[in-house]
Parts: sequence; structure tokens; C-alpha cells
Amino acid sequence: MHKYLDNEQATLDLGKELALVTPAQLFTIHLEGELGAGKTTFTRGFVQALGHRGNVKSPTYTLVEHYQLNNRDIYHFDLYRLSDPGELEFMGIDDYFHSNAISLIEWAQRGQDFLPPPDLMIHLAYQSKGREVDIQALTALGEEVCGKLHK
Amino acid sequence: MRVLGIESSCDETGVAVYDTEKGLLAHRLFSQIAMHAEYGGVVPELASRDHIRKTLPLIEEVLADTALTTKDIDAIAYTAGPGLAGALLVGAAIGRSLAWALDIPALAINHMEGHLLSPLLEEPAPEFPFVSLLVSGGHTLLVDVKGVGQYELLGESIDDAVGEAFDKTAKLLGMDYPGGPYLAAKAEQGIADRFVFPRPMTNRPGLDFSFSGLKTFAMNTWLDTEQTDQDKADIALAFQTAVVETLAIKCKRALKRTGHKRLVVAGGVSANKALRNKLDAMKGVEVFYPRQAFCSDNGAMIAFAGAMRHQAMKHQDVPSFTVRPRWPLNELSPP
Repeated sequence: MHKYLDNEQATLDLGKELALVTPAQLFTIHLEGELGAGKTTFTRGFVQALGHRGNVKSPTYTLVEHYQLNNRDIYHFDLYRLSDPGELEFMGIDDYFHSNAISLIEWAQRGQDFLPPPDLMIHLAYQSKGREVDIQALTALGEEVCGKLHK
Repeated sequence: MRVLGIESSCDETGVAVYDTEKGLLAHRLFSQIAMHAEYGGVVPELASRDHIRKTLPLIEEVLADTALTTKDIDAIAYTAGPGLAGALLVGAAIGRSLAWALDIPALAINHMEGHLLSPLLEEPAPEFPFVSLLVSGGHTLLVDVKGVGQYELLGESIDDAVGEAFDKTAKLLGMDYPGGPYLAAKAEQGIADRFVFPRPMTNRPGLDFSFSGLKTFAMNTWLDTEQTDQDKADIALAFQTAVVETLAIKCKRALKRTGHKRLVVAGGVSANKALRNKLDAMKGVEVFYPRQAFCSDNGAMIAFAGAMRHQAMKHQDVPSFTVRPRWPLNELSPP
């Protein structure tokens, strides 16, 4: 599914819309796109839609930011600084992917096999104005969620 | 009283001994270049989180530097947060067990408190109260510091930390990551005012920061040029000027709001020359910085914060430990 996002607000709105149709079970979203394409902005819309009131900081330096909202764990990963996927084992990566955890993972390709397969792959790309977004469902659950989004 | 400090919250391992009478006795930092030969092999940036291999040799080196033995140490301070849980646990486990074995107290220190207090290791040291600007790859904070453990958060970044914005903008301009210092060097060749970047969140009241938009602005500006070396330098300068002026505007506001006359600047970005020049030019304000080596993470600031707390508190030592990957400064209390 392709969409054109006019501005920052449109990126936030898409994050919000997706959050509201994401089920309360293990769900993994990979976020792709260059630096500044809007991956963290998208995540901000997502976690704020689920009730988060504070800031949504970039997890580039911390690798992961954790939000606990309505008994759901939302993890925002940024693997940009990872130089070897094996380093994920140092941080006990398996503990994060439990039954009702939603993970939004930036730069997931740097984590390779240490991450669960994504339900959705979201690609954000710079346009001369705004952003183009491409959402791809990679599992049956992902299809179901994608089907609930406005075209 | 001598305190051994251990820092292991992120990529760096730091160990130091601070003496409340004689000052800092020794400090060591695991540096991938200097210790390359000693520890063997190239260490990938994040595998350097493998603090386990480094902490004990560093403690031995620091003790050797000071000609002390573990018997001469009166307390051990370790970073208990904020930071990466796995990395923190190494320093906490080693610090706590060593203290237990030596039958001396162990102190769980907040990493940011270490940074806030680090300019007090210098001469002349600032007196309380002061406003502290903490700027690094992971943090951007303005704090009202009334005394040890008395911190009020005045403002923080709502998205990217300032050092992160430097590193990412450098990357967008084709420099290696993390390229903050290269970007600052490039800016020196830039032509002023060819590009003008916004000063985020300065046109409304408040002391929060936002730096995420600046990197996007830099990207869009870069794409509109012919991408020559001069374009790169000019964008680097415009970016740095915008960041520095934004920080200075907020510092001024924080000083006005608190009524304090002293400003302390710490964290990796406090090494930035343009920032220092701008802040030093402020009138009616004394500005303090830690020495260059203590701008980034280090063990000295943890040993020092531990000594300040240990000196002041009636210590009740519980032989257990925990770490706090998220540990806001305003949850701290005076010793």
C-alpha cells in the first residue's frame, strides 16, 4: 500500500491510525528510510495514540525506549549504532519479544536473524516535498491489520 | 576518605579514585585505541559494552597508578543508571561485590548527577546554586542545581539529543558516523549566513529543545545545492550556528528564570568550541566546564559524586543492588 504524506502531521496521523488497529498480541513493525525520513515521528504518533503523554525520544543512543501503556509493552528500537547483530544478545534481545509486545524497529536490517520476522514493513522516503510511504504486510496478521487502514 | 568510582552505563568503561582531601588521585578510561594492544583485537563500538573484561584490569591499573591497594579504599561508587541495563549491571555487580568483600559501603550513583557535578573537579569550582546545561550524544538537559541531590529539571530535548543531531547531520553530509566533531571542524571553513537554519522552539516560552527538525532541514538544504565541499562547509556552519544559538537562548532563559549567575556546561558537546565561545560571551554570567577528558563519560565524575554523597550521608548499606535504566534526575534526593 502506497501513500503520500504531506507533512509531519500526516506522518503522525498514520502512526496513530496504525496504532489503533494493531491487536494486543506480539506484533513487529520494521521502519525503513533515511535519517530524517520520519521513522521516529511515525513512532511518536503510534505511542501517543495508545495513551503516552510524554516525549518520544530518539532511541539511537539507548538502542531501545520502552513504553508501558494499558498493560501493553511497546518497544521502540533503533539499531543504527549496531555494528554486529550478535551484540543484540548482550542486551538480552529475546526478553523483549513476549506475547503482547509491540515492537517498532528502525534499522532492523542490522539485527538480522536476532529479530522476529516483521508483520509489517514500513518504508518512508524523501520527496521534494513531504514523504512517500509504502506499507507491506508480511504475515497473515499483518495483512489483517493493513486491511483495516484507510486506503 | 578515598572513593573508587566505576562507570559502565554505555560504551565507555571508566574507573577512578577520588580523595576528599587530596582530590582526584587517578583515572582511567577504556579507549579502543590506547588499549588496543593490551586487550587484543579490534573492538566493535557496541561490543565494547562487554565491560566485564575491562573493569577489573582498569581497577588494577588505577590502584597501581596511585600506589594504593584495595585496603586503602573507603567506599565504592558505581553508576546505577540511567543507561543500558546490561552495561549497568556489570559495574553494579562488580562494585557491589567488591565493596561487600572489602566490608566497605557501596554507593549507587546516577550517571547524570556525575556529569552535573563534574565541573566541581576543576579549580576554581563553581559554588552552588547554578544552572547546568548537559549536552551529549544521549542527553540534552537544563537543570537547576541547588546542591548535591537537589536538582530540578528545567527543560530537555523532546526528540533527538544535541550530540545525536550533530552526528546524524554529519552523516547526511557524507561524513563517517559518529561525525559530530568532523562537522564542527568543517564548519570552520564555512561562509557565514549563506544558509540560515531555524532556531527550534525559541519563539515560544519554555526551556525544552527539539533538534530532530534541524537534520531534516540540513538534508533538504543539501539536496538543493550542487553538493560541493564549500556547500558542505556552509551547511555545517549554518547547522552549528543554529544549534549553538538555540542552546544559548535557552541557557539565558534558564538563568533568568532561576536568578542564578553561574552556568555549568557538561557532556560531550560541551567540548564544542563555537558553543564555548558563544556562552563565554554572555554578560554577567560565570561559565564553568569540566576539562576536555571529563566532558564525555568517565569514572572520575562517579568517584566524585560518590565521595560527595558518602561524606554527607548517614550511610545505611544494604548488601543488595539494582540498576535503573531510566532514572530521572528529579527523583534524586540530597544525601
